[in-house]
Amino acid sequence: MHEVALATPDDFEGWRTAARALVMAGIPPEEVEWRAEGDPVPLFGGGPPPAPPADAPPPRVPRGFPDLAQLVIRHRDPGRFALLHGLLYRLQHERGLLDDAADPAVSRANAMARAVRRDAHKMHAFVRFREVRVEDGALAAPLAAPDPVAVPDTPAPARNARSVALALRDHGALEEAAEAPPAPPAPRAPEPPPESRFVAWYEPEHHILRAESAFFTRRFAMLRWSILTPALSAHWDGEAVTFGPGARRADAPAEDAAETLWRAYFASIFNPARLKPDAMRAEMPRKYWRNLPEAQDIPRLMQEAPRRVAEMVARGATPPVERRQRAIHLPAIIRAAQPEAAGSVDSPMPADLLTPNESFAEAQAALRRDLLARNDLPPWTANATQPVMGEGPQHPLLMFVGEQPGDEEDLKGHPFVGPAGRLWNKALEEAGVTRDEAYVTNAVKHFKFTPTGKRRLHQSPDAGDITFYRPFLLREIDFVGPRLIVTLGATALRAVSGRAMPVTKLRSSLLRDPEGRPFYPTVHPSYLLRLPDPAAKAREYDRFVEDLGQAAATARNLPAR
Amino acid sequence: MELREKLEILADAAKYDASCASSGTEKRDSRDGGLGSTEGMGICHAYAPDGRCISLLKVLLTNACVFDCAYCINRASSNVRRARFSVREIVGLTLDFYRRNYIEGLFLSSGIIRSPDYTMEQIVRVARELREVHGFKGYIHLKTIPDADPALLAEAGRHADRLSINVELPQQSSLKTLAPEKDAGRIRVAMAGLRTRIEEAKEARAEAARPRVAMKGGPRAAAPRFAPAGQSTQMIVGADASTDATVLDTSTHLYGSYRLKRVYFSAYSPIPDASALLPPVAPPLVREHRLYQADWLLRFYGFTAPEIMAGGENGMLDLEVDPKLAWALKHRWMFPVDINRADREMLLRVPGLGAKTVDRVLSSRRVRSFRMADLARLRVSLRKVAPFITAIDHHPRAGLLDRQDLRAMLVPRDGLADRAAILPGGLMPRPVQLPLFAHA
Repeated sequence: MHEVALATPDDFEGWRTAARALVMAGIPPEEVEWRAEGDPVPLFGGGPPPAPPADAPPPRVPRGFPDLAQLVIRHRDPGRFALLHGLLYRLQHERGLLDDAADPAVSRANAMARAVRRDAHKMHAFVRFREVRVEDGALAAPLAAPDPVAVPDTPAPARNARSVALALRDHGALEEAAEAPPAPPAPRAPEPPPESRFVAWYEPEHHILRAESAFFTRRFAMLRWSILTPALSAHWDGEAVTFGPGARRADAPAEDAAETLWRAYFASIFNPARLKPDAMRAEMPRKYWRNLPEAQDIPRLMQEAPRRVAEMVARGATPPVERRQRAIHLPAIIRAAQPEAAGSVDSPMPADLLTPNESFAEAQAALRRDLLARNDLPPWTANATQPVMGEGPQHPLLMFVGEQPGDEEDLKGHPFVGPAGRLWNKALEEAGVTRDEAYVTNAVKHFKFTPTGKRRLHQSPDAGDITFYRPFLLREIDFVGPRLIVTLGATALRAVSGRAMPVTKLRSSLLRDPEGRPFYPTVHPSYLLRLPDPAAKAREYDRFVEDLGQAAATARNLPAR
Repeated sequence: MELREKLEILADAAKYDASCASSGTEKRDSRDGGLGSTEGMGICHAYAPDGRCISLLKVLLTNACVFDCAYCINRASSNVRRARFSVREIVGLTLDFYRRNYIEGLFLSSGIIRSPDYTMEQIVRVARELREVHGFKGYIHLKTIPDADPALLAEAGRHADRLSINVELPQQSSLKTLAPEKDAGRIRVAMAGLRTRIEEAKEARAEAARPRVAMKGGPRAAAPRFAPAGQSTQMIVGADASTDATVLDTSTHLYGSYRLKRVYFSAYSPIPDASALLPPVAPPLVREHRLYQADWLLRFYGFTAPEIMAGGENGMLDLEVDPKLAWALKHRWMFPVDINRADREMLLRVPGLGAKTVDRVLSSRRVRSFRMADLARLRVSLRKVAPFITAIDHHPRAGLLDRQDLRAMLVPRDGLADRAAILPGGLMPRPVQLPLFAHA
């Protein structure tokens, strides 16, 4: 039997050095007694283990082992060192051991690591600092650095904490809150005075204080704090953490002025109609309550809850208050919020009775308004962000009609800004058409899609959708008045012509719609994006540019409208 | 009014907002100055007796409001006492609570007063003061007012970790009835705007992190910061007649459209001052819980909304059992699943196997064939999985999966279902005292 004594209960470095030597010396785990400060003295003491042979290869471990071991070392189970030694020993010939979570030793180590992680997480959550003025009550635990003496001409502050918030009473608060004057520019809220120290009493389950003090250092680097636990205390002076002996609860301050406010908050944020004490206890077990100031109120809050809810239900609805909140601004907010309903007697003439001298912008706005005011929109439109209307000049050379807005168009509210739109833009430029010669819109004004996890899959509009939006498109064609319409893809072709027709057969030809207006069908740029073969893509793209050039040339020879 | 009274009124007014998360943001700490840190993981500093996590100081700037939403305690026509914090008071409270380790940061919302811009400006001012005057590095979640000026939203995103806009109700028609001043379309446009900005900032940060060859023109400007923890929203459940199917459909669309980090469900809860449109009833807490479970299956278990709804009836989820078990009970022919051979997708469908457990089973399977005791070591509830799996030493009793009363056996009753009928002898996960002469 060999005996290995470690300096502290969480002495990972000591354990690692000893365990490496043991594995190199080929000493199996069952021949070693591990002991750390505070552990029971082993039954069979032994001498220290022999030094390993000089030529022994150092043990190798998979990447996850050091992290696991560091957590397990902090567990309070006296068997932790032997368990880890056993794992290290087996890892030399069982390479994938850690991936087998069902192995009894791995499962036990994982459970210990989980317990330590949870303990650390609860410590981050449940440590409660209390502010003390150092010259008032020296801490029982030795502090790392001498405290600076308070400036002599400042009056001695009250014993214990002085809450900043309490100094901030606002005597000007009005019942009618909306009338309160705007707050003056805030002066700097007083920072805690330099002679303040934040002290907490905490009882962790495992040996985690040394490791977890780093969390508090990162978070409260500019404060000076101490965390007192039964076995160890940690003190931060702004430069370094010093560890001192364990403490008693009485060594920590007994109160803090901010606690009244905190307890008031805790009681108010609780919703008595949702009483679920088991859920609370699962995450905040009773053992923590004695060190949580807010937990004092839990029994009372639980006891009062049923009565409070019964009263609310019994009271039922209350009559609306006489004096409503001042709503001077409400009309403006509402007006901005709601499109003008179409069709009431007082509203202006509906847009389809447009007089020719109505401005182009007004006609566009009216079209959007009328679309939004419809109560028979296809149900899927409720999932779209917004209708995407056409954009461009009046009486353009070309009016492009696409299928429907895509993901980006739906988010931004502008047509042809997504991948297909960018490609179309490029082709337009190469065809020698400037943007001020082109108006662009879609046959269907909302984005139709199927949600799949994080992406929205474009869904083609069906005949019913095209039919619904067609009158809006025809009205748009009327007030835009292009020389030539270019339909991009099958949906646009169908919407303009009123019939289902094959794009591939009709593309690049000049046709007339039922009203006798000329239009020119071609493919939709998204078709180019979907072609997998780069050669075919380049060929088709060139043909698309050619189409656009031909359409422009044709349009230039058509009369302006 | 005393600060404490204000705090009581304005925390009470904020408690109907479910979100209190403080997770998912960038890492920061105070070693280079300031106060506070964020480490990616949220921390719940306390739990109220309603079982909810208290992570942030969740308050309203004011509970005065010109809107008159029937489900809201703060609506214009409510008799509730009104209060308003000054910017300085909220800043002081946040810092005081933070230094004592009560909270992770601040969640600030507000009733709408004067105008959307005015209100948003006040909210932004609190965040600006915390960040710029006090070097606060804790978590900030700001409610965003849909109609506020984009410049204000940009500043809100610069200071906040997370932004949220509540859709409140699953259907536009309900919103029209219960919240006449709200507009579903504009809420969605605002969410779309947030998604666009969040993604632009993310791309810019990734771009800035990429090593580059030295260029003329000196160092690049720092990438703009915009809500690194993304956006979330909330839907009230039980205030209107929407079915669970509608709620899940809406939330699926919202996740897909605006890349929300989270859609919160909040059971409509009686308020001390109820509107005649919505008289107080007990909140549908179980329904809310089932919706969260369904939401989880949608996001992490490869279920589709129609599949989940197939486990229930008439567009409502089964309240007695969780949606995964409900689905399994209606698809019994797909079971039992061989724990040693089934693929990941099928294992994820076994009631009682979580995503993490499934990954562990898959990695352990390379070196061992599973017996029930091995599963127990992965912290699996054997009672829950037993009817649905086979292992080396376990086959569900013949006919068990065809029994009419299987559901009744699996419905948790005081934590004790009819174990003996499910598990073959010798596989009692926990010893149960059986009466000497059991009733036949």
